[in-house]
Amino acid sequence: MTHALELVDIHTYYGKIHALKGVSMTVDPGEVVTLIGSNGAGKSTTLRTISAITHAREGKVLFNGVEIQAEKPHAVVGMGIAQAPEGRHVFTRMTVYENLQMGAFSRSGDIADDVARVYDLFPRLKERRAQRAGTLSGGEQQMLAIGRALMAKPTLLLLDEPSMGLSPILTEQIFQIIRDINGQGTTVLLVEQNAQMAFNVAHRGYVLQTGQIILANTAANLAADPQVRQAYLGEI
Amino acid sequence: MTTEASVEAAAMGDASGRPLLVARAVTKAFEGLIANRDIDFEIPRHSIVSIIGPNGAGKTTFFNQLSGVYHPTSGTIVFEGTDISHTPPHEVAGLGVARTYQNIRLFQNMTVLANVMVGRHVRMHGQWYGAIARMAGIRAEEAEAERRAFGLLELVGLARSTSSELARNLPYGDQRRLEVARALASDPKLLLLDEPTAGMNPGETKQMTDFIARLQRDLQLTVLLIEHDMKVVMGVSERITVLDYGEKIAEGTPAEIRANPRVIEAYLGKQATA
Ligand SMILES: Nc1ncnc2c1ncn2[C@@H]1O[C@H](COP(=O)(O)OP(=O)(O)OP(=O)(O)O)[C@@H](O)[C@H]1O
Ligand SMILES: Nc1ncnc2c1ncn2[C@@H]1O[C@H](COP(=O)(O)OP(=O)(O)OP(=O)(O)O)[C@@H](O)[C@H]1O
Ligand SMILES: [Mg+2]
Ligand SMILES: [Mg+2]
Repeated sequence: MTHALELVDIHTYYGKIHALKGVSMTVDPGEVVTLIGSNGAGKSTTLRTISAITHAREGKVLFNGVEIQAEKPHAVVGMGIAQAPEGRHVFTRMTVYENLQMGAFSRSGDIADDVARVYDLFPRLKERRAQRAGTLSGGEQQMLAIGRALMAKPTLLLLDEPSMGLSPILTEQIFQIIRDINGQGTTVLLVEQNAQMAFNVAHRGYVLQTGQIILANTAANLAADPQVRQAYLGEI
Repeated sequence: MTTEASVEAAAMGDASGRPLLVARAVTKAFEGLIANRDIDFEIPRHSIVSIIGPNGAGKTTFFNQLSGVYHPTSGTIVFEGTDISHTPPHEVAGLGVARTYQNIRLFQNMTVLANVMVGRHVRMHGQWYGAIARMAGIRAEEAEAERRAFGLLELVGLARSTSSELARNLPYGDQRRLEVARALASDPKLLLLDEPTAGMNPGETKQMTDFIARLQRDLQLTVLLIEHDMKVVMGVSERITVLDYGEKIAEGTPAEIRANPRVIEAYLGKQATA
């Protein structure tokens, strides 16, 4: 079977900083896979490498079996990979609605239904559809960043810490949304600091430490792993 | 206590158990939206207090008024006897109020160390900073500032080796630590932290929580915290204020807030009973 996504021995550098040191991983069609690790482990770098925002110096990124390393970021979106980046990065001067429109730039056709779906998921965005995104609250910007990624109708959704800045109730909802989206057939690669919640929604997971995968297992097994519990679930 | 009486008491600025900061009937209106409505709020000296509430409840807006970034549409904010309701941000900073931002605002193209040193200069802003800068003593002053900056990096748990990195190259969690170090560099009396543990895992969050407790215990700082991580809030706060749709809906100790049905309904959800 062809993997939806396969990273083969990826090395990514920032100048002299060797951020990813031979990362290999797979995500199969229909899976939710989570990637966890401490600050600076290389989680965002992994997602940025997949999105071709940062390019690997060595190794391969295969999307449905096709090498995509050399593509431009917008081409990768066009192929069906969308990312909700860490730290929001919405278009601050555009309205909420215009941001959602931007999310759909890579595809043709009517977007009204998809906007309606995002508004359904996040009623607050509907209330504020004409507000400039830069004046939204932190959590509202987070909702918009996720909504914008959904507008691309990706087959592979990359989420970089989607629960960051969300209230406890909305955090629960976000994980439910991930379940729903996945139930509708979207494959998800999820980076989360809230490892417990991530393990609850994911099928499998990888643990990244200083640029290397140190553990790979089912989510249930990772959640039960003493090393993981101590380092990432905050247990002593 | 009536509103006028307590504002007056605060305005006298005595150090004897009077609140460090008193906000009375603070209202902030944006076009078509009341982000804060009639909020009364006090911060006792040397305490850690928190503001919680749903996304968009008005927490950051309230912070922005305490730090002079926004000014109330009506109401007053008094810090140590000075009415700061309409005082510009750098003057509020000069009085001893420092803050971090929810959406990180570092000088991304400056080094980590330089970011902290800039934080120190907040207090020197204004007429006399230029004069000082021209004086011969500047080198000694800078050396001392640098020594202090290294100390602050250590205090927040950033490795010495990161000091010459550009801020933008730090991972997200470390950028948060750097924001705190920069805020501390101005030697504040009141530290406002807007979601300091966002983007940290449980272990790192625990470290930050302990760190905040130490700021109060060892450095005698007063801390006002906005956080969505209830482990942090319940762990360090003496009192918690809850906002919802711009209004204060509850105030009390962590135990009181955790058990408050209105807060559970509006904000905590299932997690409260977990
Ligand atoms: N633009 C950049 N330039 C230089 N170094 C960078 C850059 N971005 C990241 N790095 C470095 O690469 C390493 C991996 O960073 P990355 O942001 O991928 O970590 P992360 O696992 O996402 O961390 P966090 O949990 O804090 O978001 C870190 O050492 C970081 O300092
Ligand atoms: N300049 C502005 N113009 C219009 N609306 C604004 C402006 N600034 C903030 N708002 C709105 O006011 C409300 C309160 O925002 P605020 O940032 O204070 O929320 P918050 O409680 O900090 O939320 P979060 O937990 O998501 O950070 C939000 O709905 C936001 O969209
Ligand atoms: Mg990251
Ligand atoms: Mg906020």
